[in-house]
Amino acid sequence: MASKLLKNFTVKYSQSLISLSKVGVKQNDRWLIRNIDLNIIRGEIITLIGPNGSGKSTTAKTALGILSPIEGKVKRHPNIKIAYVPQKFAIDHTLPLNVSRMMKLTGPIDHNTADQALEEVGMLHMRNAEIGTLSGGELQRILLARAWARNPDLLVLDEPLQGIDFSEKNSLYCLINIYRERLNCGILLISHDLHIVMPSSIWVLYFNGHICYSGKPKDVAESSEYANLFGNTSHALCGL
Amino acid sequence: MLDNFLLRAIIGCVGIAVVAGPLGCIVIWHRMAYFGDTMAHSALLGVAFSFIFQINMTLSIFFITFAIAISLSLLQRRQFLSNDSLLGILSHSSLAISLAILSFLPWIQQDLNAYLFGDILSISKIDLLFIWISSVAALLTLIKLWQSLIAATISTDLAQAEGLRPKRSRIIFKLLLAMIIAIAIKIVGILLITALLILPAATARHLSTTPEQMAILAAVAGIISAITGLYLSSVADTPSGPSVVIASFILFLISLLPFSYLRKYLYM
Repeated sequence: MASKLLKNFTVKYSQSLISLSKVGVKQNDRWLIRNIDLNIIRGEIITLIGPNGSGKSTTAKTALGILSPIEGKVKRHPNIKIAYVPQKFAIDHTLPLNVSRMMKLTGPIDHNTADQALEEVGMLHMRNAEIGTLSGGELQRILLARAWARNPDLLVLDEPLQGIDFSEKNSLYCLINIYRERLNCGILLISHDLHIVMPSSIWVLYFNGHICYSGKPKDVAESSEYANLFGNTSHALCGL
Repeated sequence: MLDNFLLRAIIGCVGIAVVAGPLGCIVIWHRMAYFGDTMAHSALLGVAFSFIFQINMTLSIFFITFAIAISLSLLQRRQFLSNDSLLGILSHSSLAISLAILSFLPWIQQDLNAYLFGDILSISKIDLLFIWISSVAALLTLIKLWQSLIAATISTDLAQAEGLRPKRSRIIFKLLLAMIIAIAIKIVGILLITALLILPAATARHLSTTPEQMAILAAVAGIISAITGLYLSSVADTPSGPSVVIASFILFLISLLPFSYLRKYLYM
């Protein structure tokens, strides 16, 4: 009992959730990522940005333990609860699965929590719909709601708003931020929506499997590395 | 009561159907139909080995089919051939090797039909006990793995990231499959075991909205086809395996009828 309380206490108040030091992952004699240092902290959003194929998803998968590093170390806090929204997600029509069953995919979730999460992404009316009948954008909303409803310590979102209309992206990014505050969780976000900057976010700029710059979004956006990769883009601050 | 051979066969077949239904659902969801077929074909190799080395046939079949399943998984990982080619190679090679071995054992020849298509006359009381113990054990294990296997159907990465250990679950699932093949072989025979897994699950697909519903309906469909199939087999004197599969196929055809449409029509 006491040890369990202690465990809960350390999970709740320890700051570092996952840390990667000098991590490298190889596939078919090619380094997908190398020399990656990353520390994911409770209450903070780390956004990985960079061109396609620069190693963002590989980093996320290594942090989650889906891929194992060839060199370097991944330290995961042993008792954290993780929720993941993967980038690729193929719906299998042979599996009968409605939205409310989908919410409980990897573990039991309280009915009210599930409903509230669905309500907030505007999908509560689709509760009984089969997953196979949803559009890409609707599915992404369900995946987000499912991730939140798990009440995670760490949220890993790999391009969570793909397929969602431009006009609705802003409010959903704000919702991500609201959940960060509500759950006091850490967030690892991979995103191409560079025009939306989340508060208390750190940008990590990837190029060719390496981190070439990281820091406050403003600093990253003003760096020469950023200008080389993206040129100049204007930014809107979420919630301001 | 258990002295009636038909009754023994029915009780045995129902024991298998109870777990074959839910297992078959996973086979369908993970696209392993041909994988299961290959495992079943390799079971004849188990039969051959049990005669050569004088070991228990059920155990021999279990180990051979599981070994084939694991080597298949290892070969698939190397990705130098597509999955269906690999399955074809192992399936037919193991069948050919075992038929060649069995040809050296002339006294088996007349029993060969029984191994290929099943023989209800061969079910003893001990077999029944064995079938039920194994199928209940397999069912309990499957319930434990359920969440992980369902999540892995949707996304292996997701299941892995959220701590459900999908790779371990898949290996244990293959073990369960080997177990069911080993105990079902006496009733259904090697060539038709996969049908026993897939047909009830496919029948249940149209009628269910959650994975759990589909698993339960598959078990029910399996039980119904076991009873009707074996009964018809005794009446018409047809081999037991094909009879059960035909009953199962008829149920599948019935499930294709537009039930939701009919329901709407009835309640209007």
